[in-house]
Amino acid sequence: MQPLLRIVGLHKSFGGLRAVEAMAASVRQGDVLGLVGPNGSGKTTVLDLITGALKPDQGMILFGDRRLDRLPPHAITRLGIARTFQLVRIMPSLTIAENVAIGAMFGADPCSPAEALARALPLLSRVGLAGRADHPAARLTYIDQKRVELARALAARPRLLLLDEWLAGLNPSELVQGIALVRALAEDGITIVMVEHVMDAIRALCTRVLVMNAGRAVAEGTPEQALSDPAVIAAYLGEDGDA
Amino acid sequence: MRRRDPAVPIAVLVAALALAPLPLLLGPFWQSLLVNVLMYAALATAWALFSGPTRYVSLATAAFFGIGAYTTAFLGEALPLPLVYPAAALAGAVVAAVVGLSTLRLSGVYFVIFTFGLAELIRQLVTYAEARLGGTVGRFVFVDVTPRGIYWLLLAVCVLVFLVGWWIGRSRLGWALRAIGDDEIAARHCGVDTTRTKVAVFAISATLISLVGAIMAPRWTYIDPAIAFNPILSFQVLIMALLGGAGRLFGPLLGVVPLAVLFELLQANFPNAFSVLLGLVFLGVVYLLPRGVVGLIEQGRGALRLARRTHPRPAA
Ligand SMILES: Nc1ncnc2c1ncn2[C@@H]1O[C@H](COP(=O)(O)OP(=O)(O)OP(=O)(O)O)[C@@H](O)[C@H]1O
Ligand SMILES: [Mg+2]
Repeated sequence: MQPLLRIVGLHKSFGGLRAVEAMAASVRQGDVLGLVGPNGSGKTTVLDLITGALKPDQGMILFGDRRLDRLPPHAITRLGIARTFQLVRIMPSLTIAENVAIGAMFGADPCSPAEALARALPLLSRVGLAGRADHPAARLTYIDQKRVELARALAARPRLLLLDEWLAGLNPSELVQGIALVRALAEDGITIVMVEHVMDAIRALCTRVLVMNAGRAVAEGTPEQALSDPAVIAAYLGEDGDA
Repeated sequence: MRRRDPAVPIAVLVAALALAPLPLLLGPFWQSLLVNVLMYAALATAWALFSGPTRYVSLATAAFFGIGAYTTAFLGEALPLPLVYPAAALAGAVVAAVVGLSTLRLSGVYFVIFTFGLAELIRQLVTYAEARLGGTVGRFVFVDVTPRGIYWLLLAVCVLVFLVGWWIGRSRLGWALRAIGDDEIAARHCGVDTTRTKVAVFAISATLISLVGAIMAPRWTYIDPAIAFNPILSFQVLIMALLGGAGRLFGPLLGVVPLAVLFELLQANFPNAFSVLLGLVFLGVVYLLPRGVVGLIEQGRGALRLARRTHPRPAA
């Protein structure tokens, strides 16, 4: 079967710094791919390249048979790829429901403002914000803003969802809920790529794991295989050894 | 609450009907003051259609106003009036689209400076072209419109500006614009075509501003680039919109009424110190009312609500 997302020979440098180097990966429909690696290894840069926030210096990104690497972010979203940000980006002057409605209005299945606001409500209960639709998004806690971001990404009706450390900062009981939520999304048929440092979550959720170090993919496989690879242990030593 | 209210078009039309007979009742002084108020109301509201939600501060008002005025001066003799105004609007729209496509990728300060430079550039170009081609700079405006006609045309444009603003506010375009104003990158990743949205609304705003310029031109009978493209206009409109509050459709109007009168008084009494006084007004507005009169009203309402919540009325 043709992969849903295919990355071939991807390079991205910032000045002299090679953030992503000769990266290759493919994500099949239904995968929950964990993207792990030490700080600064290039994980967020990969997500930025997939979503068009950054343009690659070299290489190709294919979504089905569409090339993404020349498209602007909004066109990529409309093709069915939605994301959350490592540093949350909500629209502070809008309410919670309005934030989510923006995703519905302009995403892969665009609709009118009235319909978008209606579509937002079930998503809010899904991420645990039921009953707070009319609260100003700016006054939420950081964790709740992350929930808004996820609901907004889901409102865009993605086939591929990219999560950048969405589970980071959750307390243990929130983490259990968060893991259950991501699993439910996968069961709904959304293919997921998640950048994550929380190894329990990776083990619980991922069908496959791709390990990055210094811009390169250094190991790939099931969570057990990838995380026990000697190259991976070496990469993490002294960096995130406890993770 | 947020510009979704269907009562807006009714209120606008009722207000326009109430204001329509005034020129028949008032003397020339009041008529002229009202023309100014209507002109600034249309300009400041049209300016805020784009600059309010996006927070891209445009100083190109004078450029589009001048384009409209010059279109009337050029075509006023050759074309029947009902064609002159659409031509002026079209000229404004085309220039705005070109400028928008080339500059709306700029952000913040660069955009402000560029729009200011644009107004100056067009002024210089028109001056050069007139001197080169016609031999003289400036021209008479041969258009058959009475002062009352100007008043009614401006009133109609005000209605148009408010209806367009109301429509944008409710439409996907308005939501896209607010998303951009809040977080342009997030908006883009939600599927908003930010460039197209900004260019479209910038062009709509510029079209309306050009229309106002086209209507105002006959008031001078003789215009030259210094009058038509007067950069002070851009600042006046900016101050009015800021004083009223650029984030709401009716916000700028609250700044227009007091400042139009103030500007009239200052210009009549201190013509030489006008720019300096304008600057002082500007500083005062920005220091004392950073969110405008609208912000003050909303703050007041919020405080009231808070007071009610913290001191609930005793249950009977
Ligand atoms: N816009 C940028 N300009 C310059 N350097 C950048 C930029 N974005 C990322 N980098 C650098 O590229 C490298 C990879 O960064 P990236 O954010 O992709 O890492 P990451 O794996 O997501 O790390 P973390 O786990 O800390 O989020 C880092 O060294 C970072 O400093
Ligand atoms: Mg990162």
